[in-house]
Amino acid sequence: MSLPRFTFHRLWAIVLKEFIQLKRDRVTFFMMVGIPLMQLMVFGFAINSDPRHLPTAVRLGDQGPFARTLVQALRTTNYFAIVHETSSEVEAQRLLQIGDAQFIINIPEDFSRKLLRGERPTVLIEADASDPAATGPALASVNALASTIFNRDLPSPLARLRAKNGPVDFRIHAHYNPENITQYNVVPGLMGVVLTMTMVIITALAITRERERGTMENLLATPVRPFEVMVGKILPFIMIGYIQVTLILLAARYIFHVPMVGSLPLLYLVSLLFIAANLSVGITFSTLAKNQLQAVQMAFFFFLPSILLSGFMFPFRGMPPWAQNVGSCLPNTHFLRIVRGILLKGNGLAEIAPELWPLLAFLVVAMAIGVKRYRQTLD
Amino acid sequence: MAALEKDLAINVVGVTKRFGDKTVVDAIDLSVRRGEIYGFLGPNGSGKTTFIRMLCGLLTPDAGTGTCLGYDVRTQQAEIKRHVGYMTQKFSYYEDLSIRENLDFIARIYAVPDRTAAVQRSLERLGLTQRSHQLAGQLSGGWKQRLALAACLIHEPKLLLLDEPTAGVDPKARREFWDEIHQLAAGGLTVLITTHYMDEAERCHRLAYLAYGRLLTRGSLAEVLANAKLTTWRVTGPDLLTLATTLRAQTGIEQVVAFGNTLHVSGRNPAQLNEIIARASDPRHSWQPIPSGLEDVFISLMDKAKDNFS
Repeated sequence: MSLPRFTFHRLWAIVLKEFIQLKRDRVTFFMMVGIPLMQLMVFGFAINSDPRHLPTAVRLGDQGPFARTLVQALRTTNYFAIVHETSSEVEAQRLLQIGDAQFIINIPEDFSRKLLRGERPTVLIEADASDPAATGPALASVNALASTIFNRDLPSPLARLRAKNGPVDFRIHAHYNPENITQYNVVPGLMGVVLTMTMVIITALAITRERERGTMENLLATPVRPFEVMVGKILPFIMIGYIQVTLILLAARYIFHVPMVGSLPLLYLVSLLFIAANLSVGITFSTLAKNQLQAVQMAFFFFLPSILLSGFMFPFRGMPPWAQNVGSCLPNTHFLRIVRGILLKGNGLAEIAPELWPLLAFLVVAMAIGVKRYRQTLD
Repeated sequence: MAALEKDLAINVVGVTKRFGDKTVVDAIDLSVRRGEIYGFLGPNGSGKTTFIRMLCGLLTPDAGTGTCLGYDVRTQQAEIKRHVGYMTQKFSYYEDLSIRENLDFIARIYAVPDRTAAVQRSLERLGLTQRSHQLAGQLSGGWKQRLALAACLIHEPKLLLLDEPTAGVDPKARREFWDEIHQLAAGGLTVLITTHYMDEAERCHRLAYLAYGRLLTRGSLAEVLANAKLTTWRVTGPDLLTLATTLRAQTGIEQVVAFGNTLHVSGRNPAQLNEIIARASDPRHSWQPIPSGLEDVFISLMDKAKDNFS
């Protein structure tokens, strides 16, 4: 095919047309505003689970046998998977912030000495509590551990050290969401869920509708290029996506009082990538589906894992590895981490970078399949 | 056809299209001169639409070569699309856009210079100015057809491909439509039009008849009628139904068609026909030779083609 040249005037023609059609289609427009509001209400409740083997960093100030026993005991609860050992405070904090560690266990230098003196040494457990469902059961297990942990190591002459409160004083410091308020985790997560649902469905219909109404034949008979049609159909919905982001952020701030520590401009900027990724998925479905019903079905097949396996409904780390792998392929998984990271942890560009490139990769792949599938002829 | 290549708007040889193992268009040769109105006739499913789609770059031929407006139909589809106006059989503009918005959209896609003026001119020429803000979906069949014609003319194409443009349109609107087509052709536009109406076929400069994917006949109206070599008699009198049943059973009779109170009897062999008439002679009936009509010719062609190809 000759002259595969992109022109702005044709792209703009499609964009304008889509805007006019959107304006006339009141039902769709209100659905786009109504779905976020409805979901905000419905998901006020959260679903709990009992995730285990959470990545944990240990900052060992004391290398003695008692400290080792403590670490081993934590490990045997099955809640803590010790993946990092470090002596640096800064390093430990960074692990917590980027999400590589869910917990930091700080064992002080004078741990063994204080223990033997019966002074109840303090062990500080710092938790990333932005998702309370993920940390709750693990932290509960620590308290159960406290009274029995050194029963064997402290033989009878030292038995008095077992004391009634336990020989060790565990202090728990929940970061990011200290009061364990579920909404703090759910409401930012809703942003990804709402955008996935509405953006995919609306664009999944975009090209199948043209085909069903017979307007596709006409469009194909004009010189318009596939890329122009795709982008022209996506742009108006990016605006709709931003309206949804704003609605959810307003609700998060004024109804659910979710803390917003990080930069909102950064969040808005990153949302663009996520919205575009979902729109491309929709467009790709649209080129695969034979009719509008099929398109909606495909959108649902995408939506279900996006809500169940992304870490929105259940804590990501509570899922079996295969489910985590599937989840990692979904843009929503990465976007959830970004939104929670920015809002609750105050993450900047550097901290969210590891989640950005999967989004970008997803966008490129989805768009490429869509453009390739969109045929310029009726062959 | 001795016309020079540059005088031909369409010049294709052996164009073939298959869907699966079904050959929908079978080795069609066609040349259409610039400024000509060319009628394309044939029963439903004969391959007319598929052929037109190959001409305007919507389908790629499986075999055959040729040019449309001088551009290769296999490799230069993008150029063809820019200079051809294609009106689909089914209304294919946006029903949720107004008349003006539809025209404006198409004008933007083709990057028509001085767009607003072009849209306005097009509205005026087709008498749509008063209705320009009406949604296309609310228009009646005749007005939709006018809109579609206006839209496929807005980029001033050199070739107009019209696929059954007058299906479901009332006679007055049809006549106005054809007057418009003749005006456009007089201005140098080439028009290829498919239709089922015989009166419309007679308004074309030349025509072709397509059945089972093959061209069965072509030429001017007079040529098509002459080539058919069909003899037709008109019978009047009582009890024509019984006569029709008797005649249909005889070999040598191509078709027996009732037209009001008369019967048209056609055959390919005049001598054989005379013999049958002599035998069926009934003093109550009066027989009279008449010129064969286009419809008689086409139906006879199709019956013959059915025997040959299927």
